[in-house]
Amino acid sequence: MTSIPGTEAQHGRQREVIVQCRNLWKVFGATKHAFERADGAHLSVEDFTRKGWTAAVRNASFDVHRAEVFVIMGLSGSGKSTIVRCLSRLIEPTTGQVQVEGQDLLAASESELIKTRRSKMGMVFQHFALLPNRDVLGNVAFPLQVQGVDRTTREARAAEMISLVGLEGRENHFPDELSGGQQQRIGIARSLATDPSLWFLDEPFSALDPLIRADLQDELIRLQSQLHKTVVFITHDLDEAIKIADRIAIMDQGQIVQIGSPADLILNPANDYVARFTRNVHRSRVISVDTVLRETTPSDTTAGPAVRPTERIADVASLVVESEHPVAVLHPHADTVAGYIDREKFVRVLAGLDPQ
Amino acid sequence: MHDSVTRAIPASAPTSRKPRLHSAMALAALAVAVFFGPVWLTVIPAWLEFPVATVVGDAINWFAREASIGGLAVKDITRLFAEFIDRPIQGAVVLLADGLFSGRGLDVKQSVPPLSWLAIGGVAVITAWRLGGRSLAFTVTICVGFLVLFGLWQNAMVTLSNVLVSVFIAAALGLALGIWSFRSTQVENITRAIMNVMQTVPIFSYLVPTLLLFGYGPSAALVATVAYALPPMVHNTVLALKSVPAETIECGRMAGCTRRQLLWQVQLPTALSKIAVGLNQTIMMTLNMVIIASMIGAGGLGFDVLKALRKLDIGSGLEAGMGIVALAVVLDRVSQAAAKRAAHGKHLQPGQQPLWRLLAVWIVAATVIAWLLPLAQLWPKAYLISTAAFWNNLVSWINQEWFDVLDAFRTFALLQVMRPIRDFLAAAPWTLVIGALAVAAHWTGGLRLVIYTVSLALFIVLTGYWGPAMNSLYLILIAVTLAVLIGFPIGFWLASRPRLQTAANLVLDTLQTLPTLVYLLPAVMLFRIGDVSAIVAVTLYAVAPAVRYGMVGMSQVPHARLEAAEISGCSRWQTLIWLRLPAAWPTLLIGINQTIMMAFSMLIIAALVGTKDLGQEVLIALNRSQVGEGIIAGLCVACLALIADGLLKAAAANTAIQRHRKNSL
Repeated sequence: MTSIPGTEAQHGRQREVIVQCRNLWKVFGATKHAFERADGAHLSVEDFTRKGWTAAVRNASFDVHRAEVFVIMGLSGSGKSTIVRCLSRLIEPTTGQVQVEGQDLLAASESELIKTRRSKMGMVFQHFALLPNRDVLGNVAFPLQVQGVDRTTREARAAEMISLVGLEGRENHFPDELSGGQQQRIGIARSLATDPSLWFLDEPFSALDPLIRADLQDELIRLQSQLHKTVVFITHDLDEAIKIADRIAIMDQGQIVQIGSPADLILNPANDYVARFTRNVHRSRVISVDTVLRETTPSDTTAGPAVRPTERIADVASLVVESEHPVAVLHPHADTVAGYIDREKFVRVLAGLDPQ
Repeated sequence: MHDSVTRAIPASAPTSRKPRLHSAMALAALAVAVFFGPVWLTVIPAWLEFPVATVVGDAINWFAREASIGGLAVKDITRLFAEFIDRPIQGAVVLLADGLFSGRGLDVKQSVPPLSWLAIGGVAVITAWRLGGRSLAFTVTICVGFLVLFGLWQNAMVTLSNVLVSVFIAAALGLALGIWSFRSTQVENITRAIMNVMQTVPIFSYLVPTLLLFGYGPSAALVATVAYALPPMVHNTVLALKSVPAETIECGRMAGCTRRQLLWQVQLPTALSKIAVGLNQTIMMTLNMVIIASMIGAGGLGFDVLKALRKLDIGSGLEAGMGIVALAVVLDRVSQAAAKRAAHGKHLQPGQQPLWRLLAVWIVAATVIAWLLPLAQLWPKAYLISTAAFWNNLVSWINQEWFDVLDAFRTFALLQVMRPIRDFLAAAPWTLVIGALAVAAHWTGGLRLVIYTVSLALFIVLTGYWGPAMNSLYLILIAVTLAVLIGFPIGFWLASRPRLQTAANLVLDTLQTLPTLVYLLPAVMLFRIGDVSAIVAVTLYAVAPAVRYGMVGMSQVPHARLEAAEISGCSRWQTLIWLRLPAAWPTLLIGINQTIMMAFSMLIIAALVGTKDLGQEVLIALNRSQVGEGIIAGLCVACLALIADGLLKAAAANTAIQRHRKNSL
C-alpha cells in the first residue's frame, strides 16, 4: 500500500495504533472461498460484474491512531458505510485483516465479538436507530442493560450521559416527541454510555437540517476535546470532513484513493478524482498561516497582533486585514516570534491561488 | 407492490405481440375443433371425472375412525385433545356468560353467577377510555348498552368467550410461527405456501374436517377458528419483524446483544405496533369464524342469526346481527386503539393509576353492586327492548307495498341478465373456457402462468365440480362487475375530496370488519331466498375494497404531474383520462383482485340463501358430514380464486413493467 500517500509517516509523531485494517475486501455475492479461488484481488471490474459480484470495499488498508478523528469520505455507493461496518463485523468482510487494540477481530468467536462490542465500541447511526418503545433514559441505558448492569447504576450513568449532550430534563420523553437534532443527541449519548474507546459515527448528521447539523458538529468537536475518543467518522460532506477531521480517507468505488490531512488533500491531491472533489474548497480554510510566513526584516515591529502557526488563514483573515502593523507568527510551542505573515502570499491564498 | 413487480419480472416475462397472435390463433383452431369435433370436447365425459372426493373422504374417515399411532387410536387422541382444549373455553364461558351450576335434573340452581354485565361492560368502557379517549368510550358504551337492552348479552358473552380463547391461541401460535419463519427462509417458504392456500379456501371447508376429528361442539369450532385466523398473525409478524430498520438491528448488535436479547429487546418491541395490526386482523377474522362456527356448535350470536335465517324470522335475525356488529365494533376499535398506542411508548400522567389496577377495582366494585342489585347482574326481561316485531312488520310492509317494484326488478334481473349469463357459462364447452383462460394467462404472464392456470382448472374438471364451478363463476362475475361499477366511481369521487376521506375510511373499515353472515340479512329482507339475494349480499360485501382501491389509485398521481397538467390547460376530464387513470391502472387491477377475493369469501356464506354453486356443495357436505366432498369442493373454490388472483396480479405487474420500460427508454 505504498501507493497511497500519507498512510504512515505523514504525521510527524507516531501515536499508538488502535485500529489496523489491512487489505480489506468486501465482495457482496462472493464467499471467502470463492473469492480466493478466483484470485479476486486481481480481477477486473468486468470480471466482478460477470460473476454477479459487487465489490463494496476493495483492498482497503489504513490505521487509526489513538484519540484521532479519522474521517472516511466518499459519495453514496463508494463503500464508506460498508468499511465502518467491517471494522465491527456488523458486516462480515470477505478477506483481509482487522485488528482492534491488538485483537484480531476477524478471528474472534461470536462471544468474543459480543464482548468486544460491549466493552470497546460505540456507534452512532444516520437515522438515529432509537428504540421507539423506550424513553430517552431507557434508550441511553440500553447498552448497559444488555450487559446486565443493574438498574440504579445504569440509569445513573445514562442520566450523566444525557446531561453531557445537553438534554437534561428530557429523560422521560419518548423519541417521537423530540426533534431530529435532539434524537441524534440521544444516539450520541447512548453510544457513549459504555465509555467505549472506539467511537464509530456513520453519517451522524446527514439526516439533519443545515443549522442543526452545524450545531451538532460543534457539539462533537466539544465532546471530543473532552473525551479524546478514537473516532471513525463517515460522511459524504467534504466541508464537514474538513471541519472535524485530523485525517481524511477519500473513497471512490470501493477503493481508498488518498489518506491525508485536509490540507494534504487540497494542496497535493493524489489523482483527478480527489482534485475535482477538493477544487471548490477554499484554500484559506485548510491552509495554516505557517505556509505564508516570511523572514523577519528590520522594519518589523511587534506592535501588531500575533497568531499561532497552526491557525487557518480564513480564521485570522479579518485580523490581518484590519491590522496596521505586520502580523507576527509565533513558534509552535513557544511565545517567540518565528516570522511575519507575507501579505502578498496571504492575499493569494485568500484569492484561492497557491501561495507561490 | 414494488416487491411483487420486481419478483414477477424473471418469473413471467409478458408475452410480446407476435406470440400473442399465435395463442389467439390456437384458440380459434380449438373453437373450430370443438364445433366439428367429438362431443367430449364440449361436455366433460364421464371418463374424465374421478371420484377424488370419495377417496379423500374415505381416507380421512379411516384416519379419524380406524387409524392408530403407536397403539393409540387417532380417534381417542383427537377426542382427548378436544377435551383438553374444551377446558379454557368452558372456563371463559363460566366466567363471562353462564356462571356455575349445582344440583341435578330439575333442581339445577345457579350457585355462582358469571361476571355481571356491569363488570364486563365497565371493563370495556374503561379500557376504551384509557386507550382511545372519550369518543371511543362513548362508542363502546352505546354498543354495550345495545347488547344489554336488547337481551343479547348472554349470547354475546358466549361468542366473546370463544373469540378470546381462540385469539389467545391463534396469536401465540401465530407469533411463534412468525418468528420462526422470520429466522429461517425455508420455514418462511413453507408457511407462506400453506398460508396462501389457507386464505383462499372457503370458511366452511375448515369446518368439515374439524367436525369429523373433534366432534360437534365448541372445541371443533375453536380448532377451525384458530386455523382460519392464524395466517394474518403469521404474515403480519413476519412483515413487522422485516420492517424493523436495519440500523436499529445494527444498534442492538453494536450494544452487544445476544440473539435472544436482540429478538426480545430490539426486534419485537420495535415491531410491536405492526404486530398489533396483525392481532387486530386476527381478532376480526376470529369473530367472523366464531359466528360461522355456530353451525358446528359454537353457539352464541351466530346461532341466533342462523336460527332466524332458517325460520326467515328477519326481525330477530337483524337484532342478533346488529349485536354482532356491536361486538365487532368494540373489538375492532379497542384493538386498533391498542395498536396505535403500541406504536410509541407513553408514561402515565402524574396521579394516573395503571390500567390493570383500575380494572381490578372496578370488577370488585361491580360484582358487589350486582350482588346487592340484581338489575346489574341480569337485566330484567320486563325492561328488555325488542325491535323484532318492528322489523318483521317493516318486511311485511315492504313486501305488501313494494312487492311489485321489487319483484319486477328481481324478475327482470333474473330473466334478462342473470339466467342468460348463467346458461351461457353452463353451456360453454369446457375446453374452450380453459382455452380462453390459457390465452389470457399467456398474454398477461407467460408459459408458467399458463401451466399454473390450466392445471388449477383441470383440477376442477377432474374432480367433477365443473358445473357448480361455472355457477359460482357466474355469481362472482355479476357481483364483482356490480361492485366495481359502484365502488370505483365512489372511490374516484372521494379521491378529489380529501376532507371526506377520513370519514369514508372509517365507514369502509367498519364494513370490512363486519362478519360475513350479517350481510345476508338485508338482502334476504328485500329479495327473499335465491340468486338475487346472493348477488346483492356478495356485492355489498365486495364493494368496500373497490371503493378503497379506487380512492387510493386516483390519489396516486404525483402532485407535480397534476400541476404540470393544470398549467398546460388540461380540463378535468383530460386530466382524468390522460393522467389519473393510466397512473391508477395497476392499483385498480389489484383492487379488482381484492374485490374478487372478498366476493369469493362471501359467496360461500351466500350458499345459506340458496345458491346452486360450489358453496352449496360445501354446505351440503357439511350438513351430511361428507368430508371428502366438503374439502374437494372447497379446494375448487380456492382454485377459482387462485386463477383470478394469478391472472390479475400478472396483469397488474405487466402494466407496471411496461410503463417502467417506457420510462427508462
